[in-house]
Amino acid sequence: MPIVTTLKADFYSSVQNMIHENEVYGVKRKTPSFAFDKLCATQELCLDYDITVLPPNQYLLPPTDPLITFNLSPEVSIRSKVESRATIILGIHAYDLHAIKLLDAVFTGNLVDVNYQARRSATAIIGVDCLNPWLYSFAASMGTALPPSIFDLWLTDLGGEYLIEVGSSRGQDLSKRYLKTKSARKVQIRQRDKFRQDSLNRYQLSLDRSAQEIPEILDKAWKNPLWEELGEKCFSCGSCTMVCPTCVCFDVRDKITLNLKRGERYRLGDSCMFDAFDKVASGENFRPTGTDRLRHRLYRKGKYMLERWGELGCVGCGRCVHACLVDIASPVYAYNRLVKEATQWPSA
Amino acid sequence: MAISMKLESSLYLPKLAEVIKVEPLAEKEKLFRLRLRDGNRLDHTPGQFVEVSVLGIGEAPISMSSSPTRDESFELGIRVVGNVTRALHRLQPGDTVGIRGPFGNGFPVSELEGRDLLFVAGGIGLCPLRSMIRYAIDKREQFGRIILMYGCREPAEQLFRGELVEWRQRQDIEILESVDRCPLDAAWEGSVGVITTLFPQLNIDRHRTTALVVGPPIMYRYVVAECLKKGIGKDQILLSLERRMKCGMGFCGHCQINNVYVCLDGPVFRYEELTKLKETEV
Repeated sequence: MPIVTTLKADFYSSVQNMIHENEVYGVKRKTPSFAFDKLCATQELCLDYDITVLPPNQYLLPPTDPLITFNLSPEVSIRSKVESRATIILGIHAYDLHAIKLLDAVFTGNLVDVNYQARRSATAIIGVDCLNPWLYSFAASMGTALPPSIFDLWLTDLGGEYLIEVGSSRGQDLSKRYLKTKSARKVQIRQRDKFRQDSLNRYQLSLDRSAQEIPEILDKAWKNPLWEELGEKCFSCGSCTMVCPTCVCFDVRDKITLNLKRGERYRLGDSCMFDAFDKVASGENFRPTGTDRLRHRLYRKGKYMLERWGELGCVGCGRCVHACLVDIASPVYAYNRLVKEATQWPSA
Repeated sequence: MAISMKLESSLYLPKLAEVIKVEPLAEKEKLFRLRLRDGNRLDHTPGQFVEVSVLGIGEAPISMSSSPTRDESFELGIRVVGNVTRALHRLQPGDTVGIRGPFGNGFPVSELEGRDLLFVAGGIGLCPLRSMIRYAIDKREQFGRIILMYGCREPAEQLFRGELVEWRQRQDIEILESVDRCPLDAAWEGSVGVITTLFPQLNIDRHRTTALVVGPPIMYRYVVAECLKKGIGKDQILLSLERRMKCGMGFCGHCQINNVYVCLDGPVFRYEELTKLKETEV
């Protein structure tokens, strides 16, 4: 696939045309941070950002997502409801795209969740390299600071212009339709590689071991007192899961019209950090304490998702590190502590 | 921008089923006989579960109570515990529900052929076990002994009383019954005490026996200990676990035990598998 360049000024006028013809969700300033939102004008777009409050998952897994509709009168009938519109996500960072790769494995693996699949295949992804990493991010040591090859277009800020890697035929079409490009010169590609390499060195947080070792570290850590130390402070508020790009758990509910004739079943985001998440009808709660739930979350991120779907559940974005009200949610802190204590607490 | 794609059908879409018969089992339990509107069989394995919808109220995972060896209808024994089950209990013959599934692995029926089956049911645990008990009765010559150990809190809480009368009369089924307590005015000929008090009178060939255990979580640890004491192998103790399966397909996360999904990898597990899971450790 080709690598091209475009002048920044040209790129922003291309975005204006893109917005005119498509539903484009891009990164906007939301002081003191940034957020994905529907773009109405190209001036709103801010591609030089460190983190967005939420990952762009809401465009693939909306907070409430209708699954079926039904009629109860005059006669009972049910229909599936699958909503999707052609959409462009503009400005995604590599760690969030790694998260989408995991979502793809979860929802379009052995069993296909059509609601996810329909949105996913209607979504074009234009990403951008994060050259100035966020203070709380540890993507470099998770191996997620550079994009997996599932993007349509990928930008790197070279100063006066963007280097653009085309990743798919859809990306090729977008490029042809909207962008004014020139073939990239070798020196520009080398410059991108250098900028990327420099950015990797700018991460403030890092794992003390390689990310591949996390499952092994966790294998020996089930009874480590760290879980209690962190868990007893947990509010079970779900902030860490709310901002997480790989959190996919949901609840399913029904709603019905006032005349009881029609209704809808929908899913909505749920959190394994909530007290009632593992409660069954008989009243039994299989993860009754904050400690149980916090440990489950960090095992799911560091081990279970990898074993089941082939990708680690933590992409190192750092959002949970920042979002946690009592500073206990950080995966990098927990995994590093476990490494340090491995000698003190042998195979608990 | 033109997007072309081929969508598979939604896994969240229930099939419509008609309530054919509703029968009270005990104070809080009813047995529902259902039939799919499209006339198809559910084709389940004993021990599997379905997601039952009362449209407008919600969906709940319910174990199959019937055996696939009978006609195309199927039965679900349901206790009133929450919104969905409360709404189910209001249904009458002719009413419609939604059914998704069957889900999960069920009991390993072909592997059980030729084995002596020790069913251990605590309270409502008899509902899922009944699917396998009836399967074994319908294919009686394929199985060895059938022993049912059934414990309830009180005699009035016994389910499937009519069938129990039938089963007690059969020479090829052995039944041991207990209640935790017996009110003075209740007629009761079985033992009084928790279900484990039945084990001393049990004579089994430990090499031939597979235990199929379903009951409240608290029961498992004591019953498993008794089974092990009788010499039944860890891989021959089968337990069905209750979790809050919302989707039945490994997406929603509610039924996860460590890296296992009860909806996909269970609900039936060998005790041996469970000993490897940290979260089910006693």
